[in-house]
Amino acid sequence: MLAMLTLIFSCQLVGELVVVTFGLTVPGPVLGMLLLFVGLMVRGSTPASLGAAADGLLSNLSLLFVPAGVGVMLHASLLSKQWLPLSVAVFFSTLVTVVVTGWLMQRLGRRAPASTAE
Amino acid sequence: MSSLDAAWVYLSSNPLWHLTLTLLAYQLSLKLAAKSGFHPLVNPVLISIVVIIAVLQVTGADYATYFEGAQFVHFLLGPATVALAVPLYRQFVAVRRSLAAILASIITGSVTASATAVLLGYWLGADATTLSSLAPKSVTTPVAMGITEQLGGIPSLTAILVIVTGIIGASLGPLALDAAGVRAMPARGLAIGTASHGIGTARAMQVSEVAGAFSGLAMGLNAVATALILPTLWRLFFG
Repeated sequence: MLAMLTLIFSCQLVGELVVVTFGLTVPGPVLGMLLLFVGLMVRGSTPASLGAAADGLLSNLSLLFVPAGVGVMLHASLLSKQWLPLSVAVFFSTLVTVVVTGWLMQRLGRRAPASTAE
Repeated sequence: MSSLDAAWVYLSSNPLWHLTLTLLAYQLSLKLAAKSGFHPLVNPVLISIVVIIAVLQVTGADYATYFEGAQFVHFLLGPATVALAVPLYRQFVAVRRSLAAILASIITGSVTASATAVLLGYWLGADATTLSSLAPKSVTTPVAMGITEQLGGIPSLTAILVIVTGIIGASLGPLALDAAGVRAMPARGLAIGTASHGIGTARAMQVSEVAGAFSGLAMGLNAVATALILPTLWRLFFG
């Protein structure tokens, strides 16, 4: 467990270092995630202890958004000024994205029916 | 000064108080969500945020003081993002045969989500900071906040917009798919996961295991796709 937590932290650290070194615009933890993902692909399976460490971190994932979310209290005036464009944009953009993505996948997925059985 | 006042002065300057407050508010919100049968409108994160802000208003603590305690929870966001590789890998193995269709759909969905949101917001008069906080709204919260930081937006505003996006996608997404004639479960799951991340995925899992797996995969891949594409496009158009 401790070794796997160290592995996860190391992946993030490498991701952050690469981002800073090369001035990339990708968040460091996302690069860390890709690094771990590639590692799993190369290995061909997930070690049980890594699975346990990841599940532990992810079991209360939404708790981890709360501290940052509370920060919205600093932006109450911005929210009160911009709530209309924000609500309209979020509402319609989300539904358009759902329809476009689903429609395209249904069209493309028909050509590979074997995969949908899984 | 009474001993009660003294205890309060001690407590309110100790980071442990705001850390405990965060954990308590979250567990209370989870209980409420469970009572509602995990209805998408009863979102534990949104309720936690409202409860904590209310408590901070009453006690007169500012955000910086709150964050001294809450940072210990916040710190785990990075490692948790890395850990997303594990469920992503598990789902990837299950659906790898339709990978080309999946990637094409998710990348299209990723660009659609950011472009329509930014265009609509711009047309309705949102300012630049608001637009850059809005652009990654379909991406799972930890990654969306990272992207917003790269774009020069406000991560906490993004967190709220991501949650509202999730609630809309989870509650109205299935109706939109019905109206558009999208009935295949893999396509439905993929659409919900791309547009409304984990909140949509939780909903998709309740409907069908296939839809849930595709939704979870879409959430992970869309996070990667948007993190790679959006900051580059942003620099191109607004840089």
